[in-house]
Amino acid sequence: MCGIVGFLAKKRAFAESLGDHVVPMLTCMGDRGPDSAGLALFSKSLPEMVRRFSLYVDDREFPWTDLGAQWSLEAGVALELDVIENHAALMSAVSPDQFRAWLKSHYPHVHLLSVGRSIDVYKDEGHPEEISRRYRFGKMRGTHAVGHTRMATESAVSPAHAHPFTAGEDFCLVHNGSLSNPYSIRRKLERLGITFETDNDTEAACRFLEWRMREGDTLEEALQKGFVELDGFYTLLMATSDQLVLVRDAFACKPAVVAETDDYVAISSEYRALAHLPGINQARIFEPLPERIYSWNVLQSV
Amino acid sequence: MERVTERVIQFDLARTTVRELNQYLHHQLPSEPSTGEIPHLAILNPNGQHNIAVGVTVPARIDIQGNAGYFVGGMNKHADIVVHGHAGWSVAENIMSGSLRVKGSASECVAASGHGGLVVIEGDASSRCGISMKGCDIVVGGDVGHMSAFMAQAGSLVICGDAGPNLGDSLYEAVIYIRGGIHGLGTDAQEEPLTAHDIEHLGSLLKRAEFAYSPKEFKRVASARTLYHWHVDAGAKY
Repeated sequence: MCGIVGFLAKKRAFAESLGDHVVPMLTCMGDRGPDSAGLALFSKSLPEMVRRFSLYVDDREFPWTDLGAQWSLEAGVALELDVIENHAALMSAVSPDQFRAWLKSHYPHVHLLSVGRSIDVYKDEGHPEEISRRYRFGKMRGTHAVGHTRMATESAVSPAHAHPFTAGEDFCLVHNGSLSNPYSIRRKLERLGITFETDNDTEAACRFLEWRMREGDTLEEALQKGFVELDGFYTLLMATSDQLVLVRDAFACKPAVVAETDDYVAISSEYRALAHLPGINQARIFEPLPERIYSWNVLQSV
Repeated sequence: MERVTERVIQFDLARTTVRELNQYLHHQLPSEPSTGEIPHLAILNPNGQHNIAVGVTVPARIDIQGNAGYFVGGMNKHADIVVHGHAGWSVAENIMSGSLRVKGSASECVAASGHGGLVVIEGDASSRCGISMKGCDIVVGGDVGHMSAFMAQAGSLVICGDAGPNLGDSLYEAVIYIRGGIHGLGTDAQEEPLTAHDIEHLGSLLKRAEFAYSPKEFKRVASARTLYHWHVDAGAKY
């Protein structure tokens, strides 16, 4: 069992109060996933050349400013650094490949959680309530967010195995369920030169879909291929810089509930995680059908 | 005939836990009301919490004023429960008798393995509605999802709307009555003509569920009974 949550603001006020809405959702879904949690937050895109790198290290005293200074000196580019304990968001005008290679050679124990112009990812071990407090999720703003509470069933409990998983740029995925063929998908992708960071089944789904999108598919087209390739149980919630997308497997084995109003779209594994939301009694509440793709776009006005 | 008392006992789940509510329902309600009056409870602020009014074994009228979570009214015996909202998975699971009505829609596995009583979903029910039902009756005002009445053994599933794929897969002796379209029948399920007994039985169920449809608008789906016994020819398939 795991919990998924998603939120997309349709009005600016809801983007500015995003954390207020998402934290109770994550906390409530701690009942479905108490061992680790994560949140991917999307906000207005950075300028064309700039990338945000979400970094995690298993050391709350980690000298982030030293890392930043060294990067700036060696790469000769300016950076901005937002640090919260053992998480840092590093913004710099650099190619993702260059930064990834530098990080791997200089700080191999620092995990790169996400790369993109609008994504920022946090994930860690512990109860979702504690993680929300640790990383101050309540103060976060953004157009949309995807969160996960994990009860591990098929691979280790570690920050790296927590969701969301990311691949490429500005793409993340959370999963409730279990895949039965992650290794065959993985072998297929590894032959194409795609590398994996964990042995988690969800990472296979995430990298499969991202690979399809790099090959030119839209996320919807990639998911249609996913319905054929992915064997197992899944409710998948995904986000890109401008989209929130939800699917369930053919048997709809894992739950999901959607509540939509003029102000927001909120998604959760269970309704009780949505019950606190403003205007919920007037919301259109529905259960997504099996193998149907539900997607919502971020509005320009937000 | 016993009537429901006018005094309503309120439980506010914003201030009381579901466990406290259920312990009250299990231990504080009279098993046979001496006054001839059935207790009436109102549950406020359910907010989708799970296990509300599970395991009630005495006559009572229980109004849940909002959306309920998983297993609402599970294992119910004698009580009449109304959810004034939507409900989550496994509404009235293993219901024995009494009734449960959901004014909105219900998620998966409505009345799974229910032995008796009447379950009414006024809106839609999701997949696996009536899975393995063992004698209860279910009336759904709207549509049902895939694999409804899977391996259903006894009782009736009445669907006023449409059914999703694999309706009645591996049915035993439960009977399905459906007014709308069928996306697809499951293995060993077949359409059959309504009998006089069906019309009478269905008419009574629709009346009890408070739907104004005529039984003649419905089709009957039941087991073709080809899976009841191993057929030697099937051996060649393996």
